[in-house]
Amino acid sequence: MDIEAIRKDFPALQQKVYDKPLIYLDNAATSQKPQVVIDRITQYYQRENSNVHRGVHFLSQTATDHYEATRTRVQQLIRAEKLHEVIYTKGTTEGINLVAYSFGEKYVNEGDEIIISQMEHHSNIVPWQMLASRKGATVKVIPMDETGTLDLEAYRKLLSDRTKMVAVTHVSNSLGTINPIQQMVADAHAVGAAVLVDGAQAAPHMQIDVKALDVDFYVFSGHKVFGPTGIGILYGKEKWLTDMPPYMGGGDMIELVRFDKTTYAGLPHKFEAGTPNIADTIALSTALEYVESVGYQAIADYEAELLAYGTEKLRSIDGIKLIGTAEDKASVLSFVMEGIHPYDAGTLLDRMGIAVRTGHHCTQPVMQFFDVPGTIRASFAFYNTKEEIDKLIAGLQKVKEFFV
Amino acid sequence: MERRDIQEIAAEIIDEFAFLDDWMDKYQHIIDLGKSLPPLDEAHKTDENIVRGCQSQVWLVPSLDGSQVVFHADSDAFITKGLIALLVRVFSGHTPEEVLNADLTFIDQIGIREHLSPTRSNGLNAMVKKMKMYALAYQAMNKS
Ligand SMILES: Cc1ncc(COP(=O)(O)O)c(C=O)c1O
Repeated sequence: MDIEAIRKDFPALQQKVYDKPLIYLDNAATSQKPQVVIDRITQYYQRENSNVHRGVHFLSQTATDHYEATRTRVQQLIRAEKLHEVIYTKGTTEGINLVAYSFGEKYVNEGDEIIISQMEHHSNIVPWQMLASRKGATVKVIPMDETGTLDLEAYRKLLSDRTKMVAVTHVSNSLGTINPIQQMVADAHAVGAAVLVDGAQAAPHMQIDVKALDVDFYVFSGHKVFGPTGIGILYGKEKWLTDMPPYMGGGDMIELVRFDKTTYAGLPHKFEAGTPNIADTIALSTALEYVESVGYQAIADYEAELLAYGTEKLRSIDGIKLIGTAEDKASVLSFVMEGIHPYDAGTLLDRMGIAVRTGHHCTQPVMQFFDVPGTIRASFAFYNTKEEIDKLIAGLQKVKEFFV
Repeated sequence: MERRDIQEIAAEIIDEFAFLDDWMDKYQHIIDLGKSLPPLDEAHKTDENIVRGCQSQVWLVPSLDGSQVVFHADSDAFITKGLIALLVRVFSGHTPEEVLNADLTFIDQIGIREHLSPTRSNGLNAMVKKMKMYALAYQAMNKS
């Protein structure tokens, strides 16, 4: 993998902040975009702009073809059996809300249970709480240990014939933990429960294979996989999607509209009401193509190297405690510094040109569990380098000196 | 102690920062200011006194001393605490009218403007709003 060449593909990485070269280590929040993605959006607005699924004219047909081509690329990438099992959303959050609403309407009743985990992003907590209060169901939580590993023993005990849904993250955004999804799905299926996997943090790091995982639903966001904001993917098994009621009503999702009875369009359009985010959907395909050209295996190998290097370097600094030390981890380093508030550290690092995230990362229960006000999080993408990690380490040393 | 108006205090702060041209020195000074702010009694660190919208925790306790508003505040982050120490120094010990009419352009002039952005999650902006809100409440109380 030629990192120098790859970095040149990302214009945002070329800039300086506060007169210092930008070191972007906030990839778990959102990733930077390669020039090809930016160009693809521009090209759409310059030459292809028109509405999809509606026109008989040339531009509309071209836009529709490109727009639908993204669906095919995603289907092939994640190995979905059917094209219409790929639904476009605004992002992970919308995907989860859609399932919580539509699946919940159809399949969840009073007394039923939904299982989530202690390391979920608020996006994968709140929609289930809303569903539970709407239906009189209960949300149960899989506990984790002090390394940030889920307690699978406890998980199995929570499963029962009352369990209708298990909603769990593939990779934790605040800890980096990679959860054993395949095993967890098998356990859930054994009691007849469906599984939704929040893939927001997994999709940037690994090729998702919904078939091998045998998940019922899988969601991720375009903006974290080097694509645009405002487009995300919901994969759902046909057997569920077919019977689930629509989430939003409007144009494009209908078959026939009569004042006495309206019938809905088939999949996937039943879940895609209104004029969609056409430009960004098209550019998502470009982003995924770019990632595939770098290669998922090369990315995994390189990021594992970055993670090992960063972990070792961080451990060498006195007073730094890693939060999230599971055996199987994505390239996320979350940590706290003794006697220094994450906000103070982040503010100083920012002035050194180093972009990290500080705070609770939308996972307040995780912060409560580790009894910290928040963490400092450095999250790496395949365009980051060991030199950047060295600069982070030097920056942290400086932060320490600042507060002694 | 001789009573100085808000403008005089702001001018004094601008002078202090004028000697510090390196951002590290500026932050060091802010942190030192925070350290010199007397810690808030634990009993005051209640949910009620928390200023919302902050990544770090900020507590603000107002009181009225004769005709003057007095603020006590604290934070669990040093930089935030330093920034609120500046605000306490400027606002505390003045009448509600003076607090309400205070000109805060000194923040721009000392080169830490980014901290006052309403979109920044340190809540300094929320803090200023809250201080002015208390001043407004005291003003209404005085009138009635
Ligand atoms: C694990 C996880 N789930 C869900 C989300 C929400 O994603 P989005 O804001 O793109 O909808 C994020 C992103 O912050 C995340 O990291």
